[in-house]
Amino acid sequence: MNLTLDGVHTHIGRYHILQGVDFQAPAGLTTMLLGRNGAGKTTTLRTIMGLWRASRGAIRLGERRLDGARASDVARAGVAYVPETMAIFSDLSVRENLLLAARAGAMDEARLDWIFGFFPALKTFWASRAGSLSGGQKQMLSIARALIEPRPLLLIDEPTKGLAPAIIDGLIACLKDVKERGATILLVEQNFRVAREVGDRVAVMDNGRIVHAGEMAALAEDAELQGRLLGLSLDSHQ
Amino acid sequence: MTPGARRPDLLPALTPLIVAAIAAPFIGSLPTFVTLTVASLAMGAMLFVMASGLTLAFGLMDVLNFGHGAFIAVGAFAATVVYQFAPHGSLATDLASFVAALAAAAVVCGFVGYVYERLLIAPVYGRHLEQILITIGGSIVIEQLLLALFGTEPLDLSPPAAFRGALVFGQIAVEKYRLVALGLGVLLYVLLLLVLSRTRIGLLIRAGVENREMVEALGYRIDRLFTAVFMAASALAGVGGVLWGLYQSQARAGMGADLLVLVFIVIIIGGLGSVTGCFLGATLVALIANYAGFLAPKLALVCNILLMVAVLLWRPRGLYPLGAK
Ligand SMILES: Nc1ncnc2c1ncn2[C@@H]1O[C@H](COP(=O)(O)OP(=O)(O)OP(=O)(O)O)[C@@H](O)[C@H]1O
Ligand SMILES: [Mg+2]
Repeated sequence: MNLTLDGVHTHIGRYHILQGVDFQAPAGLTTMLLGRNGAGKTTTLRTIMGLWRASRGAIRLGERRLDGARASDVARAGVAYVPETMAIFSDLSVRENLLLAARAGAMDEARLDWIFGFFPALKTFWASRAGSLSGGQKQMLSIARALIEPRPLLLIDEPTKGLAPAIIDGLIACLKDVKERGATILLVEQNFRVAREVGDRVAVMDNGRIVHAGEMAALAEDAELQGRLLGLSLDSHQ
Repeated sequence: MTPGARRPDLLPALTPLIVAAIAAPFIGSLPTFVTLTVASLAMGAMLFVMASGLTLAFGLMDVLNFGHGAFIAVGAFAATVVYQFAPHGSLATDLASFVAALAAAAVVCGFVGYVYERLLIAPVYGRHLEQILITIGGSIVIEQLLLALFGTEPLDLSPPAAFRGALVFGQIAVEKYRLVALGLGVLLYVLLLLVLSRTRIGLLIRAGVENREMVEALGYRIDRLFTAVFMAASALAGVGGVLWGLYQSQARAGMGADLLVLVFIVIIIGGLGSVTGCFLGATLVALIANYAGFLAPKLALVCNILLMVAVLLWRPRGLYPLGAK
């Protein structure tokens, strides 16, 4: 399903953070949301998710308006969220974390095996307390939680932060496969290699606005544009 | 370190033994020590029942409910009404009326809790000062209603004949009712643990205590979950009120407010949101209250406040904080 943001503004307290965000994440594609630190990427995902309320503008998933809905309704409209903080439930086991994410009740064994294929550590530590996992394993769990049932739209905030390269490869394979299965993905990512590998479309933010939107491949080839939009903090040869 | 290899943290669970071991030589006589300890375990079980719901509600929504004590009193008065009409005489009827009194207290308090949460607490989520004021106000209203309905004199709430008297082992006498209270407290503790670990709603409560926003982002209505937990907390307070009222042989409008300080000490010592911590905290507080009450009656409450300070110096977030690494 297409995700469309139309002139979205978000205030946090008295700060005006999103100042008219317009972009589309087309159905069945992976759209990268890039931008410097503090550009408003996380705020955009949280606003879509209903964790911040848009003070103006429209957010649509397909035909359905998401703005003004509470987060639980956004989730039930088919949106899965992997927050920047991972937000796993550390007092619960790996299994219990996934069980809560599976709203239908029982978990689908075949789907679980598919997830274990990308993140084998989750199988190993199935019964362990999530709080005792390593940072990378927690990240896998947070992503697995978003995948345990098929959802039309995935919002993923910096999933590769602090991950070892081998795990990043697993994640890339996973994201490609999720897309194959028909999901729409909106992915915030600082690692340009990952962005180039999985991104179809790209939207670049700065100061709470979209400053560039287009094909990811075109941005990947245009070093001058990258430098202008993303600054030097990103290393395209990573 | 590999996940899961972590040894369970047993040290806090040993603290009641340590307290008992320190107190024993001061108390001297064995029968007195046993009597005090059994009394403590029974009182701890009752405090646990009164506090267990509050710690979950507090852990889940950060709601400071200073009106929790009112539900304790409502439960005790509900029991007096049941006992007015209940038959008694045989063991069977005594047990049946006891269960009926507990059930009535739970139902009435659950219902009052629902109204109280929707009317008073829902409008002030996340605003602590207002919560304190409005819940104190709410508890005053409930207490005054109890006074208006039942009069200003405490009502008699003696335990049924089946629970009176003591079991005697040589020099040691153990009151039957204390064993009943202890048994019920342990039973409720086990039931709560089972609900929290085996049911989806239990998992949601534990998850919500740690991160309610993420629970909502997974598609669950955290406000409805909280209303349910609040009702359960009120019902448990009511059950605790029946137990405590029978222990004191009376129902008094102010009985809950008097207990509230101890209840708060219990949940702070235990770690907010932790049921096991609450059970331990209640046992510790009751041990100190009884031992100190025997050795230096005027210092009982002071000793419990010192206990809280000591525990918090050792474990700033309580004995079994949730979400800890
Ligand atoms: N809770 C908050 N209260 C006040 N300001 C906030 C809050 N959250 C974010 N901001 C501000 O909003 C702006 C955008 O933050 P946001 O987290 O959306 O950026 P980001 O693009 O995700 O950055 P990063 O790459 O560092 O994760 C920043 O200036 C930030 O300071
Ligand atoms: Mg961010």
